[in-house]
Amino acid sequence: MNGRGHAVCLGADIDTDVIIAGRYLRTKDRSVWAARVLEDLDPSLAARLQGAVIVAGSNFGCGSSREQAPVALREAGVIAVIAPSFARIFFRNAINVGLPVIEAEGVPCAGGEEIAFSLDEHWVEAGGMRIPFRPLSPKMQEILAAGGLVSFWRARE
Amino acid sequence: MPTLAEEILGGPAGSYVDRAVDHGFAHDGTGVLALEAWQQMGMDAPAAPDRLAMIFDHITPANTGTTATLQAELRVFAKKTGMYFSDGGGGICHQIMSEGRVLPGEVVVGADSHSCTMGAFGAFATGVGATDMAAIWASGLTWFRVPETLAIRLEGHLSGAAEAKDAALAYVRDLGMDGGTYRALEFIGDGAGSLSMEDRLTLSNMAVEAGAKAGMFYADETTRSFLAGYGHDVAVQQQTDPRYETEVTLDLSDVVPLVTPPHRVDRAVPVEKYAGIVLDQVFVGTCTNGRFGDLERFGRMVRGKQVKVRTIVVPASRAVLAQCIASGVLSWIVDAGCTVGPPGCGPCLGAHMGVLGEGEVALSTANRNFRNRMGVGAEYYLASPQTAAASALAGAIASPEDVYER
Ligand code: SF4
Repeated sequence: MNGRGHAVCLGADIDTDVIIAGRYLRTKDRSVWAARVLEDLDPSLAARLQGAVIVAGSNFGCGSSREQAPVALREAGVIAVIAPSFARIFFRNAINVGLPVIEAEGVPCAGGEEIAFSLDEHWVEAGGMRIPFRPLSPKMQEILAAGGLVSFWRARE
Repeated sequence: MPTLAEEILGGPAGSYVDRAVDHGFAHDGTGVLALEAWQQMGMDAPAAPDRLAMIFDHITPANTGTTATLQAELRVFAKKTGMYFSDGGGGICHQIMSEGRVLPGEVVVGADSHSCTMGAFGAFATGVGATDMAAIWASGLTWFRVPETLAIRLEGHLSGAAEAKDAALAYVRDLGMDGGTYRALEFIGDGAGSLSMEDRLTLSNMAVEAGAKAGMFYADETTRSFLAGYGHDVAVQQQTDPRYETEVTLDLSDVVPLVTPPHRVDRAVPVEKYAGIVLDQVFVGTCTNGRFGDLERFGRMVRGKQVKVRTIVVPASRAVLAQCIASGVLSWIVDAGCTVGPPGCGPCLGAHMGVLGEGEVALSTANRNFRNRMGVGAEYYLASPQTAAASALAGAIASPEDVYER
């Protein structure tokens, strides 16, 4: 699976309360999450996430286990999230909802430029560099390729 | 020699294993999404309902019609499947699981990040998201990457007004918010053995705040006698001197009452540093510090006095509440002017029952202080129940050493 999108740069330790606040969890309406994603960090961000590749600092997605966090990013149009490290529950949730997460060090981010990646060949292209990353486990690759754990499960039956 | 995580998961660090789940639980927050995933998967009956639990704790009793409707659907589902069901008011999922349900050596998976709490019993316990939980309902299994282990050697013992919460805030500060990412923590050493079961639960609870996948203690005589109280006869776990990826030391005798200021969990400092900060609310409760011992220590300090700021106390479970009533602790708390909420998460997640207003400042015994979590534009500090008591009496952040009597 390959993809490309415009870079949106975020800092380190972005927690799931910031990605989607607890006050928006009392609904199953995904459009609410898409509209409110990262609101507490910058209310104008949500509108810029369609077709975006997020390049964040370490420990992205720390905090609560809320799956609404990766769903909100995906629904807002985020194509992939790249960070040096992720909080493990977020990482697992992202794969389960079909949002590619790429654990890569040293990916430059200016904001707005194009970033490309290949999940099959494990590289990210940014700022004129091709940066390799550690591939996902075979099981995680299968789940992601299926579009998430629900479709993966349905295909098994 | 394997670490506790390797032993229980049955593989070396770095390997991937599929494991049967001994306990899988979800709550009213994550359960709603898990049910949706379950329906999309087209499933109708869980593989092993006797190993599953649904525990309503996050927004209970329901705060709005929307919440109530979502909960009603989930309640019908849970009862139909035959899984253990605890309705609102029963208590926090982690507390209920700790009341004689989880045993040493088990694999415990909860759809909540603080599921690492059950590591206090020598179980491998970790949090997952809602869709993973739906897959566990369906198959009774899940996959794990066996984590590397970071050992925290506890030396000495707690003294003065310092308590397990202060030790927890201290190790999270020392490791940093991502210092334990992907790893299991093992609490070892003589200091670990000196801690009560409640203390261990507090330490294990906060493992995820350092990014860890699990936070484990070896089951010993303390674990045995605690579980004997629930009719279980369990074996102790031998420490085999495994090779840890990293080992750090925390001397419990150096731990003093701490406070972690907004909005990072890894910035604990001695309470004195923030003493005098005027508070709008004090909250005592949560899966970190809502147990009987916590409420008793808090109650003993406020007994016969009056709090100077609105103070909300929420027992972690109905059993804790009952114990507070039977022992008289509840009247100390009520007579001191505190508001007591129904067992559950209370205002911890900022959804109801004590949400903070813009610019308000609070002190809480919870485990995380992320921006806006307890209320948009609010600030709050994390501390122990005794620091909460001293602060409630002063109406401002205050050290428990000033009020403390053992
Ligand atoms: S008490 Fe707070 S931290 Fe614990 S499970 Fe409830 S909401 Fe989460």
